Amino acid sequence: MVNNQSNSNNPRLNYDFRRKKNAEGMRIQVATFTLMIFFTVVSFVAVAADFSKWFVIPFILLLAVVQVGFQLYYFMHMSEKGHEAPSLFMWSGITVAFVTVLAFMTIIWW
Amino acid sequence: MHAEEKFTPQTWPESPEKATLEGKNKFLGFWLFLGGETVLFASLFATYIALKDKVPSPDHMLAKDLFELPLVFVMTMLLLTSSLTSVYAMYHMKNYNFKKMQLWMLITVILGLGFLGCELYEFHHYYTEYNHTFTSSAFGSAFYTLTGFHGAHVVFGLVWMTLLMIRNAGRGLSLYNAPKFYLASLYWHFIDVVWVFIFTVVYLMGMVG
Repeated sequence: MVNNQSNSNNPRLNYDFRRKKNAEGMRIQVATFTLMIFFTVVSFVAVAADFSKWFVIPFILLLAVVQVGFQLYYFMHMSEKGHEAPSLFMWSGITVAFVTVLAFMTIIWW
Repeated sequence: MHAEEKFTPQTWPESPEKATLEGKNKFLGFWLFLGGETVLFASLFATYIALKDKVPSPDHMLAKDLFELPLVFVMTMLLLTSSLTSVYAMYHMKNYNFKKMQLWMLITVILGLGFLGCELYEFHHYYTEYNHTFTSSAFGSAFYTLTGFHGAHVVFGLVWMTLLMIRNAGRGLSLYNAPKFYLASLYWHFIDVVWVFIFTVVYLMGMVG
């Protein structure tokens, strides 16, 4: 895979470019991690604070979905090039997952 | 490029996990597996949601009586942090720094063991204090199946990473083992993905009622 590589024929320049790019990527990962920790703390606080369940449940579910998005697209690199097939597989899985949970929830809905 | 080729940090390829045909195939196959795992865990989550608090008599404990937020919070922090440490391991893998990669893999395994210890304590606590067991109610069955399946994934991931670290300790980094480490780290992130939904749907929503 040669995506995102500098176009220079000088190997030393390529190497420096890549090291810098990797370090930059790592900074973004750490920022993502900080946000994930923040979302987690907010979820726990929202539950501990005893707000109405009609607010808390959608709110913490939304935070969970965003956090999982971070995990998939940054930690697991799905936002990078060459992840078309993984996206297809994961989104297919997520579609079936959603339908499964919906079916079981409507079964007990009375 | 072939699997046995010797590299320096300068010649190490951009995406070592996909530099060989075997690596490409593993990458594709493993993501397909993760898509399947998503469906597997969805069925367990759906079962849990349908059977939550379904107990045969009022003397059984319900979700809000059982769960304690501080323990779940500690478990969440351990697993989330271990996800970041495996990102660090892959960062050093891409920079062709075998020693640092092994070190961060080791930290990941230690954090994972911490999580596992908390989960064992939690199950033991429910079993001895509240008589909440796998066979005590439909709620118990659904709860232990979901969290137990996740816990089994943690065990598998820990064994996998430990074996990789030991087996490759004397070999150093190559295009033969880079895809192996990469996939183990993907698996570990996926375990964290599942846990985010477990702590939200099972524990936090269980406390809300």
